[in-house]
Amino acid sequence: MRLGTLLGRCLSLGLLVLGALAVLLPFLWMISLAFKPQDEIFSATVQLLPSRIEWANFVKALTETDVPRYLFNGAVVVLGILVFQILFAVPCAYALAQRRFKGRTVIFALTLAALLVPFHVTAIPIFLGFAQAGILNTYWALILPFVPTAFGIFLFRQFLAQVPSELFDAARVDGLSETEIVWRIAFPLALPAATAFAIFSITAHWNDLFWPLIATTDPNLATPPRGILYFRDEESGDDVGPLMAAAALITAPLVIAFLLAQRKFTQGLATGGLKG
Amino acid sequence: MTRFPRSVREGLTDAWLVGPATLALLTFIFLPVVIVAVLSFTDYQFGARSFGWIGLENYEKLFGSTLGRRALSNTLLYVAIVIPASVGLGLVVAAGLHRLADWAPALSNVLRAVYFLPVAATLVAMSVAWQMMLHPTLGVVNQTLVALGGQPQNWLSDRGIVLYTLAAIGIWQTVGYNMVLFLAGLAAIPADLYDAAEVDGAGGNWSRFWTVTWPMLGPTTLFVLVITATNAFRVFETVATLTKGGPAFASDTLVYALYREGFVYFKAGYASAITMVFFAVLLALTLIQFRIVERRVHYR
Amino acid sequence: MNSETVLELREVTRRFGTQTVLDAIDVAVREGSFTALLGASGCGKSTTLRIMAGLDRPTKGKVLLNGTDVADRTAHERNVAMVFQSYALYPHLTVFQNIALPLTMRHLGAFGRLPFAGRLAPGTTDARDLIRRKVAVTAESLGLSDLLHRKPNSLSGGQKQRVALGRALVRDPVMFLLDEPLSNLDARLRVKMRGELISLHKRTGRAFVYVTHDQAEAMAMADQIIVMIAGKVAQAGTPRDLYDRPASRDVAAFVGTNAINLIAPEDGPSFFEGNTGDAVIGIRPEHLSPANDGALGARLETAEFLGSETILGLRTDQGKEIVAIAPGDYSVPAPGSEIRLGVAADRLHFFDPASGKRLEREHVR
Repeated sequence: MRLGTLLGRCLSLGLLVLGALAVLLPFLWMISLAFKPQDEIFSATVQLLPSRIEWANFVKALTETDVPRYLFNGAVVVLGILVFQILFAVPCAYALAQRRFKGRTVIFALTLAALLVPFHVTAIPIFLGFAQAGILNTYWALILPFVPTAFGIFLFRQFLAQVPSELFDAARVDGLSETEIVWRIAFPLALPAATAFAIFSITAHWNDLFWPLIATTDPNLATPPRGILYFRDEESGDDVGPLMAAAALITAPLVIAFLLAQRKFTQGLATGGLKG
Repeated sequence: MTRFPRSVREGLTDAWLVGPATLALLTFIFLPVVIVAVLSFTDYQFGARSFGWIGLENYEKLFGSTLGRRALSNTLLYVAIVIPASVGLGLVVAAGLHRLADWAPALSNVLRAVYFLPVAATLVAMSVAWQMMLHPTLGVVNQTLVALGGQPQNWLSDRGIVLYTLAAIGIWQTVGYNMVLFLAGLAAIPADLYDAAEVDGAGGNWSRFWTVTWPMLGPTTLFVLVITATNAFRVFETVATLTKGGPAFASDTLVYALYREGFVYFKAGYASAITMVFFAVLLALTLIQFRIVERRVHYR
Repeated sequence: MNSETVLELREVTRRFGTQTVLDAIDVAVREGSFTALLGASGCGKSTTLRIMAGLDRPTKGKVLLNGTDVADRTAHERNVAMVFQSYALYPHLTVFQNIALPLTMRHLGAFGRLPFAGRLAPGTTDARDLIRRKVAVTAESLGLSDLLHRKPNSLSGGQKQRVALGRALVRDPVMFLLDEPLSNLDARLRVKMRGELISLHKRTGRAFVYVTHDQAEAMAMADQIIVMIAGKVAQAGTPRDLYDRPASRDVAAFVGTNAINLIAPEDGPSFFEGNTGDAVIGIRPEHLSPANDGALGARLETAEFLGSETILGLRTDQGKEIVAIAPGDYSVPAPGSEIRLGVAADRLHFFDPASGKRLEREHVR
């Protein structure tokens, strides 16, 4: 190998590693603080590694604060949204892809148009409507606005349009009703699309702050991002360790899931980008 | 049991399959868009019994007042910083990892995962971590600066710096995403193009990049640019967590202003006008993106 | 012969938008018959089959099953079985589950069909046993017993075909509808499966309706062939009827291994020494062979020796290409030679040059 090539490789590898460390730094710092004893957090010298592993911060975050509650709320909201999204989107996508009926093109055009609308745009009227209906400060307020998913309908439709229609004809001959075809045939077939969609949806809503900030004022309903802000604003600077432990706990589910299923995650989130 | 004729049954089936989703789209997306457009011409306040039509006053206020202009210009500046940095770094990292994969694939995969980590991580929680890193006295950033003999900075409370700090966090969060898109673009470049370039005498790293990689990445780059722009225009989480638009509105952005005016001060009319401006910008960007996607499909 | 009609289409028309795919066709399928719907792609034969199945509905006309109008019944309610060109096996289900699905839908209630909770439904144990037994019997008869736990993707084309047949057989339907079931198999397997289908037809005793574009397949398997051309029934009859008395020029051109020679009046006089009037004459190559006193003359261009026979390519003075078949022991003269060809008078077909319809001999001037 030529010396030039070798040098070039070393240089680019060095830069890539340096960049990766910079990207990693906030994570490392968060974990480091979460494991540091109180006195080391407030020391004035830079010290990445704690002198000893201090579990007390995690214990405190899990037992003396509402972090478990936030995690629970996050799970309820995220799974609630996902279940309803799929329940609504898959039958619609199946009909758009495999059935012929009046208004099909109109509804598909409607779906495409809905893709153009960012959620922020609908926030004020939905807030107004929910206030009228008296469902602000409920789980429903956090779940309902995300049930209609133009992106989900679009994704599933594209997938199901590629399935040969003979398969659905066979199911009709075998005696399945259209509803049964949706759930016994179409949905299992669309599982790859469903996985990508689920990853996208779960990540988006676990991490969302905008709507929970608007729709709820009850700390008992706080989702993880909303919750950690409550925690931070209450502790006023002297509980950094537990705060960082809480941040780590909230970030952990998705980060661990990502590390376990990198390919699927990258795919799911990249697909989601098409939504804009 | 009465049986409907089959055509009626089929019609009912279609309605049953498509109806709920369509109805939900109409109630939660299309109706709100109409309402927000209408509200933007009123002085409606949340909780008020009535409202008055005030024409374009809300828009005049947004484009005419210092505060409104501040939100607009801050957003534009933020976007102007994040786009080139995030797209450029994304491309550089992707190109580096793509080559690294030739001789150290495992290492390349690990680094790719690291760069992508901020995309999957909860931004609000990470912002809290950033806040600790940027703490004026206890933060690792200032401590390092001081150790190196520099001046400590108030990263989040200095009016001249705060927006750049937020932009840096924005870049940190999106580089990995752009990297993944670029990696996909790079993987799609046929290897024989590089062989052809080599034969034609474009064998060096730079000439390879300029003769083959860059032109072939053209469509991907456009796509990444637009996606980065749409995401940057939505900046909210970091602002809400770290600065609440402050100090003195130095980091106020469109979406944060929308939130503050609408849901803190309950000025629904004015917030609706902000919403409409935000919507118009994103609509333009998304339409550009659709055209790019369409073109990509054509060329494949 | 049992001539009871099991399924009948009466003046069935199907339009998609402005396009008429089926134009007032009448079709009758006898109980226990093996009926082939033969035609080129786009002739409407698959639409006809889908209308028989209840997967598609006629724009106009009636569908009668055992004498009752079934326009309002779904495919399942008609209890017909269908085998698809692509086999249409459910890729996420095992072979057992694929075959069992139609039974599951019939024998288990809505609750019993649920994935897990269904096990708790009362009375389902017997039904499940019944299903398991029926699937086992069907699988055994098709040689699938060892594949029951496999997924379709891991099967060969022939095995997939058998599973598709199994799914149709297991439910004892009133009739079988098969949509080009052999077209995705390689040539050798196709011939083998033809035989299996014929014996299957015998065993079940049910009517088979078989859609194909391959005339050889139709001739070999069916006892009734319905030739469809451009959305209309061009002829319905036994294979022999079609071969011996094609109802039109187009049918004659479609049926037969060797394409029929069609000789228009303007190709005629010097080539065909006889009084043919102004009809188009059809002569099958296998009925046209060298004979010293033959009534036809043409110049030899090519000769393909196949062992049992030799296929001769000839050209008349008018430039018309014709094909004749000589016995295997025929000594082929040099290309360019003038050859006399003979044909038995009762092997000539006459068609009206304008409509293409068959003309009976006595009507030919």
